[in-house]
Amino acid sequence: MTTITETTSQQPLVERRPRREDRSEWWAALVFTLPFVIIYAVLFIYPTLQMIWLSLQNAPLIGPGTFNGISNYVRLFHDRLFSVAFWNTAYFVLLSVIPSTLLGLFIALGVNRLKGFTQSIVLACFFLPYILPVSVVYRIWLFMLDQQFGVLQPIIAIFAGTHMNVFRTLSLFMPAVAFVTVWWLTGFNVLLFIAGLRNISPDIYESAALDGASRWQQFTRITWPLIWPVTVLVLTIQLILQFKIFDQVYLFGDGGRSDATMGMVQLIYRNAFQKNMGGYAASAAVVLFAIIVVFSVLQYQLLKVRGEK
Amino acid sequence: MTAATDTAPIAATMSPRQYRTIKALDIGGLIATIVTVLGGICWAFPLYWGVITTLKPEEDVVKPGFQPWPEHFTLDAYTHVIFGTRIGQWYVNSLVTAISVTIIVVIISALAGYSISQLKFPGRRLLWWMILASFMIPVPALIVNHFVLMSQFHLINTWLGVILPQLVYGPVTVIIYKQFFDSVPKEFREAAKIDGANEFQLFFRLYLPMNWGITTALAIITFIGAWNQFLWPFLVATEEPMFNVTVGITQVTDAFGVKYARDLGSAMLAGLPVAIVYLIFQRRVTQAIMLTAGIKG
Repeated sequence: MTTITETTSQQPLVERRPRREDRSEWWAALVFTLPFVIIYAVLFIYPTLQMIWLSLQNAPLIGPGTFNGISNYVRLFHDRLFSVAFWNTAYFVLLSVIPSTLLGLFIALGVNRLKGFTQSIVLACFFLPYILPVSVVYRIWLFMLDQQFGVLQPIIAIFAGTHMNVFRTLSLFMPAVAFVTVWWLTGFNVLLFIAGLRNISPDIYESAALDGASRWQQFTRITWPLIWPVTVLVLTIQLILQFKIFDQVYLFGDGGRSDATMGMVQLIYRNAFQKNMGGYAASAAVVLFAIIVVFSVLQYQLLKVRGEK
Repeated sequence: MTAATDTAPIAATMSPRQYRTIKALDIGGLIATIVTVLGGICWAFPLYWGVITTLKPEEDVVKPGFQPWPEHFTLDAYTHVIFGTRIGQWYVNSLVTAISVTIIVVIISALAGYSISQLKFPGRRLLWWMILASFMIPVPALIVNHFVLMSQFHLINTWLGVILPQLVYGPVTVIIYKQFFDSVPKEFREAAKIDGANEFQLFFRLYLPMNWGITTALAIITFIGAWNQFLWPFLVATEEPMFNVTVGITQVTDAFGVKYARDLGSAMLAGLPVAIVYLIFQRRVTQAIMLTAGIKG
């Protein structure tokens, strides 16, 4: 406190100092930002530029290559596996993003009604899967859906008439992996939606209830329009996240042995680490990179539009 | 109880139709509550089922019929996993790499966030712009060149090789630190400067201690993220002794058919640290997740 009163009494002194202070700030800033800048340059910018450069070469994973222009890209766009990987990824995104967003909203609406201890317990039930490593999720669901011993097989038998090996049946593979992913990640969406719901003033609901608005009207006229920005945020975060899918598809696909379940990141992995074609893998990486950049710009624009209103 | 007493005086001033609506709403609300609670139980069931299975003998696991509580309790699955596999070594690998990532990310991000928030220096805007732009870069797209880079540094199959590429998750931490340092009142800074404090003292004695809460939250979420990493540790560790626990438990399986109690036992051990961290620091985890998603918690 005493120091603050001193500040006011020594006002002129402070004003004379700026130029020398600036210089000392430069030094401090240099020392403070240097570790971050070095790491950022070496592990972010350099690999990104190197990726683009590598994609223009005919090169193995490790070792020198020869420049071959855009022929990697030409080859990539004619590669049947690339279109398989792209459409699988898009299909997975569709199957996981939309259900996890909608479920997230409905669960948040439900959890938000609860009070105190019950609320934290129920929220923890929905949220706990999200913080677990993918390997744990994989182990649990491999057992849950095991053809012989899976506890969910009786339910599957009701619909399919028989026990099924869901991860070895091609038509069920992506939906099953998406289902597991929704179970794993929806807790994150729930959390964001609850934060959004808490920002809506209870007064609005009270006056709406007094005006005789039904629950459905309250939802469509109040909750939905006010929660829309959070919905956009959740949708785009999940879209960007799920487009980078690898772990679950790889694990449930038994180490990616089948080309039919290939995703984009897995294609990069396959070309680089299993086929030793560094340049060709880099071209697929650049395409993924470009797709994510487009989505990110879209997300930024959508959020900015809402923010300005 | 309180809801009933609250609505009573309001109900007296209402028309019968409105009163009926309120009552109907409460029944709807009751159903919503029941559905939510049941949903929560179903959602958590796979976790319960996973844990309970590890406490059964293997013969009971494959027995037909639903057995919600073990008939014969045993810790065989865990003793087998702990003494019969390399999980101890994988655990050390995971702990060392995840803790290192956490410490490095938090320290360098706090320093960078402080500079951008409080210091004037050439290149400040460029740095800030680049940090924001880095959100667009999909890290999994960089696996090829991270691998090339790490092999040039001769870091394949080393802890450092696992740690370094994970530091690219730093920028979001910088942004959060900047926001929090921005909100520290300027008076504190000026007062400390008059007292002769330099930038290092300002950072370590004023800005960092004033934001311990956010440092804890960010450290926890960074640790959970690093512990849960799969793709990169999977690529860079090609030898069994160098696996992280999340990779090891999926790559090394019993040669003699599927042993679910053991497989799930190793999975439970792999998930244990993050589950404990979450249960202890629930509020901090929640706060950090909202901050990283761009919502002020």
